[in-house]
Amino acid sequence: MSRDLDDLYQSVILDHNKTPRNFHELPPPASHADGHNPLCGDRLTVWVDVEGDTVKDVAFLGNGCAISKASASLMTAAVKGKSRADAMALADEFQKLVTGRLEGAAERKALGKLQALAGVSEYPVRVKCASLAWHTLKAALAGAGEPITTE
Amino acid sequence: MATAGTAPLTRRPDATLDVAAIRRDFPILGTRVDGKPLVYLDNAATSQKPLVVIEAVRKFLAEENANIHRGVHFLSERATLAFDAVRDEARDFLNAPAAHEVIFVRGTTEAINLVAQSYGRTTLRPGDEILLTTMEHHSNIVPWQLVAGQTGAVVRAIPITDAGEVDLDAYRKMLSPRTRIVGVVHISNALGTINPVAEMTRLAHEVGAVVLVDGAQAAPHMRVDVQALGCDFYACSGHKVFGPTGVGILWGRTALLDAMPPWQGGGDMIHTVSFSGSTYAALPAKFEAGTPAIAEVIGLGAALRYIRGIGFEAIGAWEHELLSRATELVRAVPGVRLIGTAREKAGVLSFTLEGVHPHDLGTILDADGVAIRAGHHCAQPVMERFGVHATARASFAFYNTLEEIDVLVRGLHRAREVFA
Repeated sequence: MSRDLDDLYQSVILDHNKTPRNFHELPPPASHADGHNPLCGDRLTVWVDVEGDTVKDVAFLGNGCAISKASASLMTAAVKGKSRADAMALADEFQKLVTGRLEGAAERKALGKLQALAGVSEYPVRVKCASLAWHTLKAALAGAGEPITTE
Repeated sequence: MATAGTAPLTRRPDATLDVAAIRRDFPILGTRVDGKPLVYLDNAATSQKPLVVIEAVRKFLAEENANIHRGVHFLSERATLAFDAVRDEARDFLNAPAAHEVIFVRGTTEAINLVAQSYGRTTLRPGDEILLTTMEHHSNIVPWQLVAGQTGAVVRAIPITDAGEVDLDAYRKMLSPRTRIVGVVHISNALGTINPVAEMTRLAHEVGAVVLVDGAQAAPHMRVDVQALGCDFYACSGHKVFGPTGVGILWGRTALLDAMPPWQGGGDMIHTVSFSGSTYAALPAKFEAGTPAIAEVIGLGAALRYIRGIGFEAIGAWEHELLSRATELVRAVPGVRLIGTAREKAGVLSFTLEGVHPHDLGTILDADGVAIRAGHHCAQPVMERFGVHATARASFAFYNTLEEIDVLVRGLHRAREVFA
């Protein structure tokens, strides 16, 4: 097995790590959820402002590795403006991408920029880094107040 | 079969180590990672195993396996003798006064839980204090929090300095007649600090407290002498001293162990059993309920003989050279902050690299075959003390080479380029 670091640390990921998008709080009535990866100590908070059925705004703050930060940043850009159901569905598709279970080319293409994280599937111990933001988003959308963990 | 335990073949005439010869004793060091030689710098997490250990476990399972302290048959007698012989070797390894003070447990974690639940739970009263250094591993914090919750005792953290040394002045001020137990790590897994255990023990004894030393990181790297340290309990793990997982040692003073109730009940720890009540076996059996990790204990014996064969003087000198070189080269990498700069340090180099999260650094180094640990090292209070979420940690053993440190440093430069 040979893995190429460049597949993991693509320029899109390095860019979003360095300059994360939507990296701030959202004021109430936006709801939020806290995510925690106890294995590595990564923590982040995701805010969602849902109006009717539309995710009007989404933002995050937190501390973690490049994969978790870039994943959160790309996620905020990807789900903004989507319906709640579409955002939830995207989270499931993303999980398939980073665990190497997304088969069709069309399905991959539908993920747009998120495809930059496909390389994570070659690094099983790093999947949690990429998933943390999405798990937290789902919790925020569900309005759950309890912190969620990747364990 | 090599008899490294008796013949110091791995030492040159000038008493320095023949590292190339030593490396041939460890089959796993020949591993290639994506075609690159493995550079194993995660020794504080677990150490690799020499052939004599692998062979001792194999031989026991293939030719000698039986339960101990039970059968009267040939195999059981032989297994019992071999098992009990390791207790004496462990006594010698720690310079303990008596073999019955050596309790075989699952590892350092279980040893500390045993002391907390048997000694702590029966002696602690509400308001009693348990002092632990801020640099303790979670395994020397959480068991005390559990027993504090059960007894009303209070856990207090002894501060550490910016260099990662115990603040002895603060420690002196915290000691009082309320102090019942002091827990201190001999060598910090997250910082590499070698703590002044003998001095801390002396001070604790002045107020009548007992001292438990977490020796998980010390036992593989320095000569441990529990009588010279003066402590009351000493805990260490087999897998960190080049032996198997699943076995560890708790040493305790006879008077304390005798007065403590059993922690777990079961076979081998009893004298007589009836439904009107049971009586317990004498030390050490009282604390060894159930069938122990027999093959692992046999492997541990081979590991202890192997280390003794090399000698801690030579090990210490070589590891000091590795640490000095690594400290010098890693510190020179732009953006590096060393976490843990104590005057007395063992072969642990914990650091952060500006702009590169330790986990990303771990993945980038792994691509060069370099195994380090990235994270909080089960020492979150240490991370909090130094204001970091995680560190990268390279930890050395006597089989590491100066060339391996060069590979590590090249990887750090590469990581800086990736994240430029």
